[in-house]
Amino acid sequence: MNRLNNRFRASWSRFLAVFKKEIIQIKRDKPSLGIAFGMPIMMLLLFGYAVNTDVDNLPTVVWDQSRSAESRELLASFVNTGYFGINQYAQGYQEIREALDGGQSRVALVFPPDYAANLQLGKPATVQVFIDGSDPQVARTALSTAQLLVQAKGAALLAEGLAARGIDQGSGPLLEARPRIWYNPDMKSLVFNIPALIGLIMQNVTIMLTAFALVRERERGTMEQLVVTPVRPAELLLGKLAPYVLLGLVSFSIILAAGIYWFGVPVKGSVPLLVLLAILFLFTSLSIGLLISTFSRTQLQAMQLAFMVLLPSILLSGFIFPRETMPWLIRGLGNLIPLTYFLVILRGIFLKDIGLAHLQGEVFALLAFAGGLFLLAVLRFRKNLD
Amino acid sequence: MPAANTAGAPAIFVDKLTKKFGSRTAVDQISFSVPAGKIFGLLGPNGSGKSTTIRLLCGVLLPTAGTGTVLGYDIVREAEAIKQNVGYMSQRFSLYEDLTVGENLEFYAGIYGLSREECRQRRQELLTLAGLTARQHQLAGALSGGWKQRLALICALLHQPRLLILDEPTAGVDPVSRRIFWQIIRQTVTTGVTVLVSTHYMEEAEDCDLLGFLFSGRLLGFGPPALLKQQANVANLDDVFLAYVEREGEPG
Ligand SMILES: Nc1ncnc2c1ncn2[C@@H]1O[C@H](COP(=O)(O)OP(=O)(O)OP(=O)(O)O)[C@@H](O)[C@H]1O
Ligand SMILES: [Mg+2]
Repeated sequence: MNRLNNRFRASWSRFLAVFKKEIIQIKRDKPSLGIAFGMPIMMLLLFGYAVNTDVDNLPTVVWDQSRSAESRELLASFVNTGYFGINQYAQGYQEIREALDGGQSRVALVFPPDYAANLQLGKPATVQVFIDGSDPQVARTALSTAQLLVQAKGAALLAEGLAARGIDQGSGPLLEARPRIWYNPDMKSLVFNIPALIGLIMQNVTIMLTAFALVRERERGTMEQLVVTPVRPAELLLGKLAPYVLLGLVSFSIILAAGIYWFGVPVKGSVPLLVLLAILFLFTSLSIGLLISTFSRTQLQAMQLAFMVLLPSILLSGFIFPRETMPWLIRGLGNLIPLTYFLVILRGIFLKDIGLAHLQGEVFALLAFAGGLFLLAVLRFRKNLD
Repeated sequence: MPAANTAGAPAIFVDKLTKKFGSRTAVDQISFSVPAGKIFGLLGPNGSGKSTTIRLLCGVLLPTAGTGTVLGYDIVREAEAIKQNVGYMSQRFSLYEDLTVGENLEFYAGIYGLSREECRQRRQELLTLAGLTARQHQLAGALSGGWKQRLALICALLHQPRLLILDEPTAGVDPVSRRIFWQIIRQTVTTGVTVLVSTHYMEEAEDCDLLGFLFSGRLLGFGPPALLKQQANVANLDDVFLAYVEREGEPG
């Protein structure tokens, strides 16, 4: 009994020594701190804004052949959306072509001469919209805005005409509903993206940090001293991993706070549960990092291996492409990535207030990954120089 | 841990110990025995297999053939027991350069399971011994060569090992530092510790109780310095060495 106690104390002492040493080293290592604190913020801003499909103030060239109150009114509506900014007036298709080709304008609006006349007669009036399609994302947004706007305008004009003839406004609510539909999709994509982004960022930060953990000891030659000490692989690896769990939690808090307060994406579910499962996920991705470390001889190799893990996880985890539409083989590959399960957890808790009961499968999967990967790293780590 | 099997046994015993890296034989069937409490010097030119021999004895390399015991523990099966009782200083500085002198000592104290009280006491004792007290808050990486080696030495002594293994501890160290270094070694031996030290310096070799000459992985000579000189019928160890190499001849 006493002997067991002593063994445990020695084990704890060794773990603690590694843990403390690692913390001191992290504190003095500027690149590590940069990855832990700078990278989450940078990635969040990058993805948060760049992936944002919002389009505003697209330079727009106008050829108004109608020169009527009606055409000016529609133009004003375009400008009022905030998506279009008129920067040029043209006379003829040649000038429009030049403006679009030269890149001065991204959108062109053409009113035919009979625009106002057709409207007054109650006949369908057309407006031509040209959009620079080189950025499909921008083009799609601009096109749908223009369509919705014209539709709503058409409907509004129709309703006004009906009202003027003294007929009951049965189709009234339609006017209000149409333009509104537009304003939501973007917000939705952000709400959907931010939780997943938190998972992706955490995975990247922690894998990058621990991938170097053992390699650095090997490169700097300090491993040679460590292997002649009584330290056991599990003590060494746990001692190295634990400080990064703390560091990972700090960067998790930063992104979570930024997601909630900066991007205004609220957490519908339980925050403590989210934190708890985030710690579990941290263990899995840190173990991946350690495993990478046992496979690499140099920091460069570790970096390359880390990317080989990170890239597929972006594509296959459901971060970008919905997993429902993937072929079964690809979806099966996605099942081998811990991030896949964590994204389900994150989106579930963030968007739907799902409790632990509905996340059992995902939690078990993460537990299995954490245990399995860490064990694999311990087994792979040899305390010799062969 | 069976302590009984280590009593009275030689500190180091190897029998036909061999290590191959692929087709290259780094250590070639060496056999010798070193009694406890002696200073054993391992000599040999670059690439002769000194470091490889040392790593085999520490249990961090597996022998290709042959057997050996260190402090009575088998170097293959009981490597972990050896590690608790051996202090090792590698050829290349392998402490943490981004940790201070004190932090390095504390780390290894924790690794060897020293209690807080033991750690405090040993730390003070050893810092004084090495003259490093004034530098304990300095980063190890900022120390000059001689100071680094002294730090590595006291780190290896921290847990009061029964065998101290030093791989070219004084390479590139100034004469003053070297003298202090050897004072520490000699003082350590008086407490019953065995020392294995590899070196290129013949005047250091003169101070050893036993010497082994390695050449291309083979042990060409083994014994006390005086005996080796007498056998070769020469006045100094340099000539002993030359005599061995010549006797090996250049038929190849
Ligand atoms: N890990 C290894 N893999 C392959 N060859 C090795 C390895 N370690 C050592 N060797 C080779 O084994 C031979 C002996 O090397 P060792 O380092 O033991 O020599 P040494 O006597 O310590 O030399 P030095 O005085 O330069 O330190 C050398 O030829 C070396 O190239
Ligand atoms: Mg060597």
